[in-house]
Amino acid sequence: MENEAGKGRERETVRRITCICCPMGCELTAAVNFRGEARVTGNRCPRGQEYGKREMLCPVRTVTTTVRIAGRENEVLPVKTASDIPKDKITECMNELAKVAVSLPVEAGDVVLENAAGTGVCVVATRSKGL
Amino acid sequence: MNGRVEEAVIVGGGPAGLAAALSAWEKGCRKVLILERDRELGGILNQCIHNGFGLHIFKEELTGPEYAQRYIDMVEAQGIPYLLQTMVTDIELLPDGRKIVTAMNKAQGILEITADSVILAMGCRERPRGALKIPGYRPAGIYSAGTAQYYVNIEGRLPGREIVILGSGDIGLIMARRMTLEGARVKCVAELRPYSGGLKRNIVQCLEDFGIPLYLSTTISEIHGRDRVEGVTLTRVDEQGNFISGSQREVPCDTLLLSCGLIPENELSEKLSVQMNSKTGGPVVNDRLECSVPGVFACGNVLHVHELVDHVSAEAQKAGRFAADFVRERHGSMPAKAGGEV
Repeated sequence: MENEAGKGRERETVRRITCICCPMGCELTAAVNFRGEARVTGNRCPRGQEYGKREMLCPVRTVTTTVRIAGRENEVLPVKTASDIPKDKITECMNELAKVAVSLPVEAGDVVLENAAGTGVCVVATRSKGL
Repeated sequence: MNGRVEEAVIVGGGPAGLAAALSAWEKGCRKVLILERDRELGGILNQCIHNGFGLHIFKEELTGPEYAQRYIDMVEAQGIPYLLQTMVTDIELLPDGRKIVTAMNKAQGILEITADSVILAMGCRERPRGALKIPGYRPAGIYSAGTAQYYVNIEGRLPGREIVILGSGDIGLIMARRMTLEGARVKCVAELRPYSGGLKRNIVQCLEDFGIPLYLSTTISEIHGRDRVEGVTLTRVDEQGNFISGSQREVPCDTLLLSCGLIPENELSEKLSVQMNSKTGGPVVNDRLECSVPGVFACGNVLHVHELVDHVSAEAQKAGRFAADFVRERHGSMPAKAGGEV
């Protein structure tokens, strides 16, 4: 659903985007002009404004997944990236996490992987688990 | 037999039960007991490792285990008692209006607990294959989306490699992304209705992000395979839900996930003969969340299926308060003795 509106200096890329910040799912219209500036309408809160811009310029996501626990066969530990990472780094992040096996005990918030996929973002445990 | 006496017994230690117990406690009940059949509190949130919970209640985006932990910490901080791996098998009304809750666990055997009030917080179950009337054998490889979620997120096992998902409820959408991240190939999501039952944000971040097609007005007319699922036949349906001839298409897969709706889990409520609502699948309640049996309250997904856990917590908080009011009225004007013989 991309189209190029206007011509010359007025040239913009316009996209319809569904905001994923909350269950409202606002339908945004986001436009990027030739200078790389984004403009967003249709959002019902400031987060939508921010989301629309990022989605046009550099889409990001929080990754939630699990990692193995050393010495445990049928149990894994839920984790998440401490903040959003670029969408195109998700696969690399998952591949790095596939090599991780944490030792118990673990506290929620403990770092299980630093600098995931070179993004500078840590992956942290989302629950505590005792021995 | 154990002759425990309580003011409020809460059946279920998931988000509804935890919030209800907390609120009953805060409103003065000091004999509160949560009964949970699983090994830990938190209910289904423990396997919902994705984020998006808590935006209303905590004003931040939490994963399921994080959201559960907030409530578990509050319950622990108040010292509210709970029993784990304890299954409630019956609730009975006594002539004097009190209730007998029968439960069992390994350590104590059968427990008979006398309670002034009971809060039903058992949550819901997924609609199983048998309820969907899809013809075919009963091969391995057919799971409800929530069962697959348990295997992947709690036990760390991938139930299949080539997946088709029937039904576009939120759990199905979440599992499409989850299975993809873990290396499975999700071929498509088929939805009988002309629209998805899931949240728009989940269509975007779980399907569109990964290029997984969503086929609307489409269902499965046949499951192939005798020992293991080998594929499914997708068929488009018209507005009346009839198969459109010539629209059949075979999709090879080794696993079928079902995300076709949730049903409030009300076997216990029915044993107690509370009046049920055929629309919601939950008990009929008044504006105090009280069932047709006085002193029995219901909240969360056992009452009706909620879209957001935040709404469950808010509703359960009310139920806990009304249960505390009921107990106070029963005992006269005196609130329960704080710090009494708990």
